[in-house]
Amino acid sequence: MDTTAQRKVKTQPSLPSGPAASASPRLTLSGISKSFPGVRALHNVSLSLYPGQVTALIGENGAGKSTLVKIMTGIYQPDSGEIGIDGQATTLPSAHAAFGHGITAIHQETVLFDDLSVAENIFLGHAPRTRFGTIDWRTMRKNAREVLETMRAGHIDADARLKDLGIANKHLVAVARAMSIDARIVIMDEPTAALSMKEIEELFLLIEFLKSEGKAVLFISHKFDEIYRIADRYTVFRDGEMVGEGLLKDTGQNEIVRMMVGRNVDHIFPQRKPKIGVPVLSVSGLSHPTEFDDIGFELRKGEILGFYGLVGAGRSEVMQAIAGITRTSRGAISLDGQTIAPRSAADSIEAGIVYVPEERGKQGVVIGLPIFQNVSLPSLGRTSKSGMLRLAEEFSLARSYTERLDLRASSLSQDVGTLSGGNQQKVVIAKWLATTPKVIILDEPTKGIDIGSKAAVHGFIAELVAQGLSVIMVSSELPEILGMSDRVVVMREGRIAATYDNKGLDAETLVRTAAGIAA
Amino acid sequence: MTDTPAPRHIPDRLDKPLSSAIFSWEALLIVIAVAIFAINSFASPYFLDPWSLSDLTFNFTEKGLIALAMALLIISGEIDLSVAAIVALASTMMGMAVQAGAGTPVLVAIGVVVGLGCGAFNGLLVTRLGLPSIVVTIGTMSLFRGIAFIILGDQAYKGYPESFAFFGQGYVWWVFSFELALFLVAALIYWFVLHRTSFGRRVFAIGNNPVACQFSGVRVARIKFILFCLTGLMSGIASVLITSRLGSTRPSIAQGYELEAITMVVLGGVSILGGAGSILGVVLAAFIMGLVTFGLGLLNVPGIVMSIFIGLLLIIVIALPIVWRRLREGRFA
Amino acid sequence: MKSFLKYREIWLLAGIVVLIGLISTRFPGFADPANLRQVFNDTSILMILALGQMVVILTRSIDLSMASNLCFTGMVVAMLNAAHPAIPIPVLIVIALAVGLVLGAINGFLVWRLNIPSIVVTLGTLTIYRGATFVVSGGAWVNADQMSPDFINFQRAAFLGLPVLSWIAIVVIALFFLVMTRTAIGRSIHAIGVNPTASVYAGIDVGRTKFIVFCISGMIGGLAGYLWISRYVIASVEVANGYELNIIAACVIGGISIAGGIGSVGGAVLGALFLGIISNALPVINISPFWQMAISGSAIILAVVLNARGERRQGRIILRKAEAA
Repeated sequence: MDTTAQRKVKTQPSLPSGPAASASPRLTLSGISKSFPGVRALHNVSLSLYPGQVTALIGENGAGKSTLVKIMTGIYQPDSGEIGIDGQATTLPSAHAAFGHGITAIHQETVLFDDLSVAENIFLGHAPRTRFGTIDWRTMRKNAREVLETMRAGHIDADARLKDLGIANKHLVAVARAMSIDARIVIMDEPTAALSMKEIEELFLLIEFLKSEGKAVLFISHKFDEIYRIADRYTVFRDGEMVGEGLLKDTGQNEIVRMMVGRNVDHIFPQRKPKIGVPVLSVSGLSHPTEFDDIGFELRKGEILGFYGLVGAGRSEVMQAIAGITRTSRGAISLDGQTIAPRSAADSIEAGIVYVPEERGKQGVVIGLPIFQNVSLPSLGRTSKSGMLRLAEEFSLARSYTERLDLRASSLSQDVGTLSGGNQQKVVIAKWLATTPKVIILDEPTKGIDIGSKAAVHGFIAELVAQGLSVIMVSSELPEILGMSDRVVVMREGRIAATYDNKGLDAETLVRTAAGIAA
Repeated sequence: MTDTPAPRHIPDRLDKPLSSAIFSWEALLIVIAVAIFAINSFASPYFLDPWSLSDLTFNFTEKGLIALAMALLIISGEIDLSVAAIVALASTMMGMAVQAGAGTPVLVAIGVVVGLGCGAFNGLLVTRLGLPSIVVTIGTMSLFRGIAFIILGDQAYKGYPESFAFFGQGYVWWVFSFELALFLVAALIYWFVLHRTSFGRRVFAIGNNPVACQFSGVRVARIKFILFCLTGLMSGIASVLITSRLGSTRPSIAQGYELEAITMVVLGGVSILGGAGSILGVVLAAFIMGLVTFGLGLLNVPGIVMSIFIGLLLIIVIALPIVWRRLREGRFA
Repeated sequence: MKSFLKYREIWLLAGIVVLIGLISTRFPGFADPANLRQVFNDTSILMILALGQMVVILTRSIDLSMASNLCFTGMVVAMLNAAHPAIPIPVLIVIALAVGLVLGAINGFLVWRLNIPSIVVTLGTLTIYRGATFVVSGGAWVNADQMSPDFINFQRAAFLGLPVLSWIAIVVIALFFLVMTRTAIGRSIHAIGVNPTASVYAGIDVGRTKFIVFCISGMIGGLAGYLWISRYVIASVEVANGYELNIIAACVIGGISIAGGIGSVGGAVLGALFLGIISNALPVINISPFWQMAISGSAIILAVVLNARGERRQGRIILRKAEAA
């Protein structure tokens, strides 16, 4: 992508923000309620989006944000309440209808078509037609190129297959799609989740561009620094209700957090008195043909070793290799002085190294199985007797670990899929702790979970380490890395760039090392 | 410290086991089985005779044996369409052995081993090469039966030793045939394995999310390989029974058995997408299909019309709960 | 041209050429244009069926009932012709299409409205439709004496050097190509297979598109019913028994992924031709027809292995070469 310096987006003088200037909202939702069997997702919520302004939607997981987005994009129908667009009462009975009103959404994982071309992705569903009603490919490709040019993304080849693009470019294509239907309302759901810092900057420039074009933008995010940078207004949801809204310039961060959580959260990071011992895990010369090279580090007993880097630096890949999930081409791993060569996750679990994966839904929980079966899954050898299941043992195992993690669930036999993201993460962590490992590798352990659960997880990690466990924590969240780690390893493009002691370490140093920028 | 509440106690279960049992799929199957049994008794005077009922069991025991293993395989998220072809190949191999003068123990061994070998072949293709089982087994289905055709052409092997006939035609006690006894024993074993062992638990887990299982240390490939071997094994055993019952081998033997076995499994409440199901359901479904085909047979309905009933049964039983739920919610699509 | 033949299909085309070459070494007349025309004609019905199955597989579904559909519709049309020989053939073809459409619509309805997985639905209708053939015909056959001369000869009539049957196949291929590449419904079919969730967000009605797809495969089955019966001049309950597997084999060999989203008209046609060449070549090079099943089976397995190689996603390439860094 072009560097920030070269990408000067031509902006008109920005519309003055504030309720006085933007007379009427483009989209209003009022009194919206939506329930599912056993769950009241939304109760009497309201939200307004103003043209040329960014409204941040803030709330914990399970607060109802994604349900609201689905209502706004026509996927769900509200049980009650009204939707108004430009002052007119409207209904959005289908995705198609929402599309027709110019409402478009950009999701965390791009919901586009990998095997189709960029041009087709931009115009699917509203492709230009020839006289005979068939699809006019030439015009489509021309229009696609034009739209991408307007967004200063002309470097993207309109004929390329989407699957060959990186995630930042895929986001651009999603925005191009919004531009192509002349979207008037753009919803962005955690769009920066998988982006590097540089790409985030460029996304913000794009959002400024959308603002200048008069679009009403809804920006959903957990990250306060981003919210305060890009958004004008905010709305806070908690437990399916709207608990606050207003202008960001008039409201402090703590106030918003209080609205989100309903209580004061003073210390996000636990105070620790680390008792660090001898090295327990040593890695040297670990290499993979395409993902990482010559990785070497030590993890000491009772230590939290942070692994920082830009997205795509190769951290997860290294950890998955240590956990036996991927093969390495060379290198040595030793645990407590013994060399180990795990060829599968089962091997490394047996040795005492466990890996808590990044993608909770796909790699962490088994949806369809109850909570207690999820927790006992890697430990079935211990809870069963000569291959026969012993449910009492499984329940007791699950109970002890889930209670320590303060799991919110109605019963241990409940399907894990019905839990919120934060609680699912607790189940995953419980599952791994139940194997009584020596080393636990956490890959983005608090990604996408609410502040309350985050604090619980951090507190718990601190407890474990105090009891003698050793932790590697891969994270892209600077506060988390700085708040939790004893030492920090920074990776860049598949190699280790530097290792720091966390004494007087600041965010800037980490970012510079990760990006390869000289001081 | 943050003002966190005291650790909350989470109960193990909330459901009342009785209510979930009454409204379960198995209960529905029991109702259907009883209904069809009753219909059969009224429709034909020959039905309610012990020997008649014994004959009935032959209609489902062989396919049922295959269905037991197939159920586990489908629960794990795979499928095997080549089971009938394995029966044909195993039978052909046994036929060749008979021509060479082999005795009954050897014949049984051959049937079982060939079945196991074919299953292992399927298993290797799916787990080692990562190929989708539906098309792989469509391929091996043609390959296995094709080999049987190459060996036998349009001939048939006969001349099986007398003792061999026991498996398919013999009785263990009174009206209970060897086939029925074997099926019941196998069903018990499979029930135990699926619902009471850690192996079975892993099968369910794999069917729901193989990736998370991989990360959780479950040896997914090994378990799936074992399941394919089991399916082959059961097909081999079924082949021994079928060949023994017919007393001869043709390459076209067991045509269509794979679809009937899968029908038994799906009718039995196993989700075709994997992750859920029960052996009890499969056994009941096998029994129901036996009831239907036997009852229709007593009424001299031709086989091909019988299959209409089976097809309808499959679709109606699957559709019933969905339609019921929609009607209750007051909207029909 | 790019959307007609992608890399996978070019390999298949090369493979077919090589195959023809190999066969010609044993039987020189095989590569003669006259013989190749014959092979194309013989494979016409399979090509048409493969296209019908292709659109179903593209949407991550499967239709196991096509052969039974063919059997039933063929019987209906044959019986009509035997009872009323005066009905013009084009009308019979329309009737065949209509009957096939109804059978396909039943499948589609169950998949769309009741959300029953297509493998279960078509497993059921596979036996129902074939059984219905028995019911409708009373078990009787319709053979050549009972069919009108027009019925039999229509598809054999030569037109510009090719039999009408071949022309019908060509027209169907062209139609499918047009629809798949140039109409919204065709693109929707691709999109659904690639990413059903994204399709919903893009405003595509996934359920309705699946319904339409089964209607298409139903109509194809109907058309194939007429063509099959008039070609082999027999209508019975046994017609095309087990043929559904040949159809799926043709698709798999043609590079159409069973996981949905990947596949092209060219692929389906080439896959069918591959199987057609094999079945044509076997008697010619003196391999007993009993080998055909095993050979098809091996071809399918090989095709699946090759498909999987092509589809495998590469791991992230993170390391830059030291020089370029």
